[in-house]
Amino acid sequence: MSRRAALTPSLALLPFFGYLTVFLLVPTITVVVGAFQEGGSFSLTNIEALFSPVALRTLRNSIVLSASTAVIGAVFGSLLTYLVVSAPPTSVFRRVVMSVAGVLAQFGGVTLAFAFIATLGFSGVITELLRSTVGVDIFGRGWLFDLPGLVLVYTYFQIPLMVIVFLPALEGLRPQWREAALSMGATNRKYWTEIAIPILTPAFLGATLLLFANAFAAYATAAALISQGNPIVPLLIRAGLISEVLLGRENFAFALAFEMIVVVALVMAAYALLVKRTSRWLQ
Amino acid sequence: MRPSTSWRAMRAGLLALFAVFFLLPLYAMLDFGTRDFAGGRTGQSWANLVQDPDLTAAIITSLLLALFTVLVMLLLLLPTMVWVRLRIPKAKRLIEFLCLLPLTIPALVIVVGMRNVYTWVNYLISDSVLTLTFVYVVLVLPYAYRSIDAALSGLDVVTLAEAARSLGAGWITVIVRIVVPNIWSGILSAAFISVALVLGEFTIASLTNYENLQVVINFLGKSDARTSVTASLAALIFAFTLLMGLSFVGRTRGREGK
Amino acid sequence: MAASETPGTEVVLEGLTRHYGTVHALDGLDLRIEPGEMVALLGPSGCGKTTALRILAGLETTDSGRVWVGGKDITEVPANKRDMGMVFQAYSLFPHMTVLDNVAFGLKMRGVGAHERANRAAEVLDLVGLGTQRARYAHQLSGGQQQRVALARALAIEPQVLLLDEPLSALDAKVRAQLREEIRRVQLEVGRTTVFVTHDQEEALAIADRVGVMSSGKLEQIATPEELYNAPRTQFVAEFVGLTNRIDAISDGATAQILGNTVPLLEGSVGRGPGVALVRPEALVLTPDPAGNATVVSHSFLGSLSRVVCVFDGGRPVTAQSPSAASTGLVPGTRVAVTVAPAPVLVVPA
Repeated sequence: MSRRAALTPSLALLPFFGYLTVFLLVPTITVVVGAFQEGGSFSLTNIEALFSPVALRTLRNSIVLSASTAVIGAVFGSLLTYLVVSAPPTSVFRRVVMSVAGVLAQFGGVTLAFAFIATLGFSGVITELLRSTVGVDIFGRGWLFDLPGLVLVYTYFQIPLMVIVFLPALEGLRPQWREAALSMGATNRKYWTEIAIPILTPAFLGATLLLFANAFAAYATAAALISQGNPIVPLLIRAGLISEVLLGRENFAFALAFEMIVVVALVMAAYALLVKRTSRWLQ
Repeated sequence: MRPSTSWRAMRAGLLALFAVFFLLPLYAMLDFGTRDFAGGRTGQSWANLVQDPDLTAAIITSLLLALFTVLVMLLLLLPTMVWVRLRIPKAKRLIEFLCLLPLTIPALVIVVGMRNVYTWVNYLISDSVLTLTFVYVVLVLPYAYRSIDAALSGLDVVTLAEAARSLGAGWITVIVRIVVPNIWSGILSAAFISVALVLGEFTIASLTNYENLQVVINFLGKSDARTSVTASLAALIFAFTLLMGLSFVGRTRGREGK
Repeated sequence: MAASETPGTEVVLEGLTRHYGTVHALDGLDLRIEPGEMVALLGPSGCGKTTALRILAGLETTDSGRVWVGGKDITEVPANKRDMGMVFQAYSLFPHMTVLDNVAFGLKMRGVGAHERANRAAEVLDLVGLGTQRARYAHQLSGGQQQRVALARALAIEPQVLLLDEPLSALDAKVRAQLREEIRRVQLEVGRTTVFVTHDQEEALAIADRVGVMSSGKLEQIATPEELYNAPRTQFVAEFVGLTNRIDAISDGATAQILGNTVPLLEGSVGRGPGVALVRPEALVLTPDPAGNATVVSHSFLGSLSRVVCVFDGGRPVTAQSPSAASTGLVPGTRVAVTVAPAPVLVVPA
């Protein structure tokens, strides 16, 4: 076969590659390149600015937010997954739960923010209820619109995401393993400590990492809840793009975005490694 | 092994607690959105969904964006994926990697870096909000890819294509009349998830100063919180109905092989 | 109690019943297994053989009936306290443990020290011929090797009873044949009472001491393979085990008239009157004869044996089987006279 004929089928993929290049790769490369630029030429100013006290504190806040919601989401999410798995696979209950989880996992942003404002905001349902019955003011100074509020709100989509990601792993636990363990004299507890938990741990850790990356990259929810101040990295990027105070610091936004790519890429790489191992065990 | 009643009771109790946690904000949205200033109930905010001009325009915009995103996504993804399966199986891993890449590149990063690209798009094509379609397709790519790939895997595409070709069908016929009807559930799945995602998209629209549904809801929140909350709830119910319908479509179509 | 003092233990299943809703998985099963014996439970899917095995293992409960092992009633004893080793159809090796750790698991549960259990596990692995694979993981082994590890794992705890739930069904034909001989060899060597469930009659007949044929939750017949084949007691057994031909016959209570010959009746046959005789292919004798009662329609050469299908003038086809050398002249189209050898047959209602 001539070389030209061998290449022809690949030509059909050009539109696809072209599209992705323009709308995904070019923006990404723009960010990476822009992070190392200032005033139109190569510079490390913005990278250095990533280590300024403000930037570092913001990064730390982001990491704490992501890690805490990842862990909370992972723990409660795996519990919920376990409860769901015990139901038969084709039951209505199971299907409803999975659909709900699918929606809620994507359900971030503005909608979620407003839902929580309606619940725990100044005139939210729970706030009013507690105010009128027990006389307690849980709104306080508006913790909902700061980091603690973000932790609570993020959990609302982290738990369903955990269910979606972890369910296949839990289902991959073959009943024969439990029966074999029992027939060899293991108690139910021993089965969990010797067999089930060691097998599930990589999948659990991987899912936790996924939740971390998800929280770290999230923007909309925080943007809707917090209109003043930039406690976390995505909001600092927003400031870099639209604030007049930081006008002309667009490249700093690039640097922050670059920082985001690096963190998320590292976490996703670790996730991929863990998943590779477990997909073998839990097939 | 029959589960003991005490375990069943505990399970029911825990599930109830989870249900309360997740349903409470939804109920709160319903309650908040239907509150009257005098303390009674009103459906005014629901009426505003069709009466408020900004909101109505935004709803139509987002629905159009969802429609176009699905169309462009299918146009881009279907031929590519089928072609790879039929002619260049070695490229599968590359395509898969590229399609899942948007999971690792946050929407925020994309919007930061896409200004140059969009300057050209606005110059060459249009500066309408509907140009957001192009970047939205990238956002939905991972989910759409997974759905269609799962459906394609349940089908022996190569054998079907060879059979069709040996009976005289051309490539377009093979794709449109042989492959697509058989992966319909995967296509629908990809479409529904894309719609849900586009309706909920805020990040890119807000930072490019376009007005889609979520941007308007957010903006409205400052002046008319009740309508905002109701619009959010409506969007959520719509997305939920779509995905619930999806799980039933998947069931009636059945799975071809496993 | 040292299980090694009693290498063979008697097992008795008494009146086991189990239903799921309206389905009767088991309908009063009675079975007695001698110490050291290997019994195969054979039957189509849904006949209750696996349910019976799982009740014996303690993985299912029985609605009524008792289970006795070594003279003790263990019906209420939970699965993890029964001294049994079980081999499942597939996927039962723990994926996160090496082969050696898998095999040693039961010993670990019994509190055996690390050093000793590694030794004993290695010994059992040698017994099944996988001593060199002890550091590998399940996914690195072939299906046949995995099942041998599963067998070693079940034997490592020196159980009173060994239970095998269709251990070969997930394997290739060739591996199956090899492995079943292995299983029998090992079983004879350790001398444990063994119950083996399968839907493959060739497997059951080849290696078991006795075979129990089950259908719809009931035990149809339990006997040695030869007895099962040559003297089936019910129509189900006759048709499930080996091939049968259905040929019209007339019974007089002690003998039957088939194709002009008189043959003895097997126990379980109909009383006086017309019926259908269930005749084995090798019991049919074909003689080329222009004035015969059937025509050959096909001739399949299977190596040392050949199968010849011929059709009676009345339309019914029968299959005869004989050594190839004896059937060379029987090409399609040949007129033959079909008669029956004098072996006893089972005659069932028409």
